[in-house]
Amino acid sequence: MPARSGNRLGRASLTVLTWIIAILFVFPIVWMVLTSFKSEGDAFTSPPRLFFEPTLEQFGNILDRGFLPYLGNSAFVTVVCTVLVLLLGVPAAYALSIAPVRGTSNALGFFLSTKMLPVVAAIIPLYVISQNLRLLDNVWALIVLYTAMNLPLAIWMMRSFFLEVPREMIEAARVDGATLPTVLLRIILPVVAPGIAATALICVIFSWTEFFYAVNLTAAQAGTVPVFLVGFITSEGLYWAQLSAAALLASLPVMIIGWFAQNHLVRGLSMGAVK
Amino acid sequence: MTATLTEPKQRPAAPPKPRSTGWRRRLPLLPALFFVILVTQIPFLVTVFYSFQSWNLVRPGSQHFVGLQNYVDVFADSQFRGAMLNTVVLTVVCVFVSLLLGLGLALLLDRQFLGRGVVRTLLITPFLILPAAGALLWKTSMFHPNYGLVNFVFGGNTDWLSAFPLASVMTQVVWQWTPFMMLLILAGLQGQSKEVLEAAQVDGAGRWRTFASITLPQLSRYLQLAALLGAIYIVNSFDAIYLMTQGGPGTASTNLPYYIYQRAFEGFDIGQSSAMGVIVVVLTLIVATFTLRLMFRTFDVSSGVK
Repeated sequence: MPARSGNRLGRASLTVLTWIIAILFVFPIVWMVLTSFKSEGDAFTSPPRLFFEPTLEQFGNILDRGFLPYLGNSAFVTVVCTVLVLLLGVPAAYALSIAPVRGTSNALGFFLSTKMLPVVAAIIPLYVISQNLRLLDNVWALIVLYTAMNLPLAIWMMRSFFLEVPREMIEAARVDGATLPTVLLRIILPVVAPGIAATALICVIFSWTEFFYAVNLTAAQAGTVPVFLVGFITSEGLYWAQLSAAALLASLPVMIIGWFAQNHLVRGLSMGAVK
Repeated sequence: MTATLTEPKQRPAAPPKPRSTGWRRRLPLLPALFFVILVTQIPFLVTVFYSFQSWNLVRPGSQHFVGLQNYVDVFADSQFRGAMLNTVVLTVVCVFVSLLLGLGLALLLDRQFLGRGVVRTLLITPFLILPAAGALLWKTSMFHPNYGLVNFVFGGNTDWLSAFPLASVMTQVVWQWTPFMMLLILAGLQGQSKEVLEAAQVDGAGRWRTFASITLPQLSRYLQLAALLGAIYIVNSFDAIYLMTQGGPGTASTNLPYYIYQRAFEGFDIGQSSAMGVIVVVLTLIVATFTLRLMFRTFDVSSGVK
């Protein structure tokens, strides 16, 4: 009996520990949210101020600094890139799983190995090529690069979802005289749809947050939200509240999508691991 | 009815496909394959080509073939060697620490308790915010010597980014990547078979023994994947260094991506920065293979306990 209650106590303290760690982890972000509602005077104090009069002034300020076009660029790049990744990736995943081609493992290995190619190793030619094609500071340069950057992981993830489709179901449908489009739509799609959603989500996160190409290949015209944030490194110390407001708005879309789709995210990532 | 129809179909192995359908089957793969080759391999080959040229944009018309001279110069450059060391330290420490923290958190989360969903949501948030935002946030609100929260909590007025630049950057990177590791490992924990765990308990295996000889080997694929993906991204760390320390003070926190960026976009030395790029690729492959080897060995040992 005493062992039992000791066990319960142990469990309760583990739960408390978990909560404390979670709060510590998220605290910098909570602080960012608080700071974004402060006036600059309240943001820059010693000791840091927990209670203050909230204001929306900073959000107005960053809109005045031209934040919206950056947000628009980010949204456009992310959406087009994700669509392209799915258009190219779904057929490729199909060809590597349901109707596997010869040399499947070589193709998979190749795709994965391109992820090991550090982005810096290609930035100089990419800069020169973009300049020659007049694609510097153009959203399409980012779209092409992000698509290539996300495609390997996407194919890899989607392939493992495609492998989940029961072979017998496809065979049975074929025997019953179903055509390929019917099999694709009626049998394969329902099984793989959650996987495709998870893959799209990963693409959205990585495209939205990408920094290196965005900073080196775009500026005022095609800049995405990370490029807008770079404007704050020079004026650091003066505009903490404004910076927090910008950081919050820039992160919010991906944060919300991620929160709501975390189960998909877990499943998507783990599928890639087992297969 | 369908069951009886499909039953005999399952038994024979898939009939060998005729040669002629090979290309038709390959067709869906080709667009993706060509796209990735075009966008990732061609620029890399051009980088290799540039790395054998002496070419500085400041001196137009200076481009000519110099063989391996750039590589010789790069290896003689003590700043490059420093950046290489920083990159290795940053990658190995961050992957290891965030993997360990992620494993701990995943184990804590793999139980039923009050508010589990909320805790998981809180814990994944650092992975979801913009890395650039995270870096600026840590630079200002956390590490600022006079107004930062770190000094407010621990006292003193250490200028963390000047005194411990690399450790500060690593703190931010670990904070950002731990949730990712945790998510992956949690998926692995939830995928393990409950029956095996119960059987172990019935056989009287203690908690630690169950963890070491059943859970850990089952997790190894997930841990490897987490380490590999983490290493690939952390070797390329650029935002944190660019935004938090600008590689400084001096070159104390310069890693290879940042150094190459400086040489290419501030020094305009195309030849040398390309040579460095090629070296980074080789280094990345070595680090990735090494990490994987190490992990395979670790888990071979622990599964041997079984």
